[in-house]
Amino acid sequence: MNHKRLTLFAGHYGSGKTNIAVNYAIRLAQEGKHVCIADLDIVNPYFRTKDSAKELTDAGVTLISPQFANSNVDLPALPAEAYRLVQDKGIYGVMDIGGDDRGAYALGRYVPFIKEEGNYRMIFVANCCRPLTTTAEEALEVMREIEAACGLQFTDIINNSNLGPETTAETVIESLAYIQKLSELSGLPVFAHTAESNIAKQLDLPDVFPLHLQEKYFDLPIA
Amino acid sequence: MAQKVLMKGNEAIAEAAIRAGCRHYFGYPITPQTEIAAYMAKKMPKIGGVFLQAESEIASINMVYGAAAAGMRVMTSSSSPGISLKAEGLSYIAGSDVPALVVNVQRGGPGLGGIQPSQSDYFQATKGGGHGDYRMIVLAPASVQEMASLTIKGFELADKYLMTSMILADGTIGQMMEPISFEDTEIKTFEKPWALTGTKCARKHNVVNSLYLKPEELEVKNFERFERYKVVEENEAMWEEYMMEDAEYCVVAFGIASRVAKNAVVSARKEGIKVGLIRPITLWPFPKQALLEAADKVKGFVCVELNMGQMIEDVRLYTQCKKPVSLCCRCGGMIPSPEEVLESIRKAQKGEF
Repeated sequence: MNHKRLTLFAGHYGSGKTNIAVNYAIRLAQEGKHVCIADLDIVNPYFRTKDSAKELTDAGVTLISPQFANSNVDLPALPAEAYRLVQDKGIYGVMDIGGDDRGAYALGRYVPFIKEEGNYRMIFVANCCRPLTTTAEEALEVMREIEAACGLQFTDIINNSNLGPETTAETVIESLAYIQKLSELSGLPVFAHTAESNIAKQLDLPDVFPLHLQEKYFDLPIA
Repeated sequence: MAQKVLMKGNEAIAEAAIRAGCRHYFGYPITPQTEIAAYMAKKMPKIGGVFLQAESEIASINMVYGAAAAGMRVMTSSSSPGISLKAEGLSYIAGSDVPALVVNVQRGGPGLGGIQPSQSDYFQATKGGGHGDYRMIVLAPASVQEMASLTIKGFELADKYLMTSMILADGTIGQMMEPISFEDTEIKTFEKPWALTGTKCARKHNVVNSLYLKPEELEVKNFERFERYKVVEENEAMWEEYMMEDAEYCVVAFGIASRVAKNAVVSARKEGIKVGLIRPITLWPFPKQALLEAADKVKGFVCVELNMGQMIEDVRLYTQCKKPVSLCCRCGGMIPSPEEVLESIRKAQKGEF
């Protein structure tokens, strides 16, 4: 896996951005990089990068979180330290962007720095099992809305198609046509296909990114 | 759409509402239900529907009143403090006998409270909320799939009985994601000859109103309404029974609390305690018969709630205090662990209620 100095994950809300960003940051750290991850979600007060604070810290990743993250104070605010990602060229930065175009507005203020340096990868996280992005055309619409909101173009797509606890290898295989079409429509390469690590082992695909850390919020039987 | 989709509970409500024929959504944002409005904002313009973010909760419930009077399938959604603001409108809608769907994705209270899940609006939902003698049909989903199916059911019951159906969910089910299916979804629609659709000079005016200045007339209106409520109570109670066949103890819980309670029931069974679960799916009408029958079989009840003990009053009422009832509760946005519920079951077995 080759890495750019900055890697940004954006997409439809609930597409799996945070989970992938956290796993990716840990992967970078395991490869010996000096890594910093920033939570730039100004939309949703739940399910944040900070939920994985322990795992990130244990892996040696520096976490930059908004002051009120996980405090239940529903107050959108960006951390001042987030500028470190665009200004400190000695680190590898991972940016976890908020969902949809509304979440991506916050990225706008960092875009001039990102463009100037030109060493970034902005990855669209796609899950064909999520409503509002079930077709490649719908996903493309969300991509364009995000780009318009933040002023930065996507460079890659990551296939995160899954059905939560009911995901099987077939779920990923069945999503390939969808992700291929999205790649054709957007003209962007597929960076990787993600899968929970046990499912990843069953996949015979060239670019599989296994997700070792899967934050489980509710481990309850179906009612 | 693929066979199954991975949805948030809030999204499931919105998609189900659209499938049920709802083309009018009026709301005002509040955590933890904002995804309902976001979904509607995205979808309604594409299907010829109306999404309108009103200037307040009070405005939005009165927009619902208007669209309901015009015979439309219409809804609003909010969370606890927002529902309090809508209370006046809920009463007017009830007093005018028009159908509407209202969603409450509850958060901790009272007051501004917090943004974590709760079930502390049980009283508000089942005993009124607004002023006057009225009832709402109250549906309590316990999974994302039920967020969808009970939304559809809610629209149908509202149209059938000219009432408000309330989806009483909580922040957990609103925010959590589960794979769900919309296959085999049948939608029932109802004629609405009373609706304000314009006479076209071909019929007498329809009137939708809650103002009756003659007490004799207002009393008759109330009597008629309660005759209708009686039919609902007789026919529409829904509940789930789990491991109740040989149960000596009965846990009663709804919504997210029932998911936790189910885990505890399974653990207790492993310890040899014969315990089952009754999960009310409709909180009004309350499944009285199921509770009363259980009261003749079991030695006692454990009520599990995310509040200081609200449904427990109905459990005591409808079991006619035949057996003791204990309370296992957390509140303010906290959820009891399966171990806490298990401990309450163990205590019940020791006769500690």
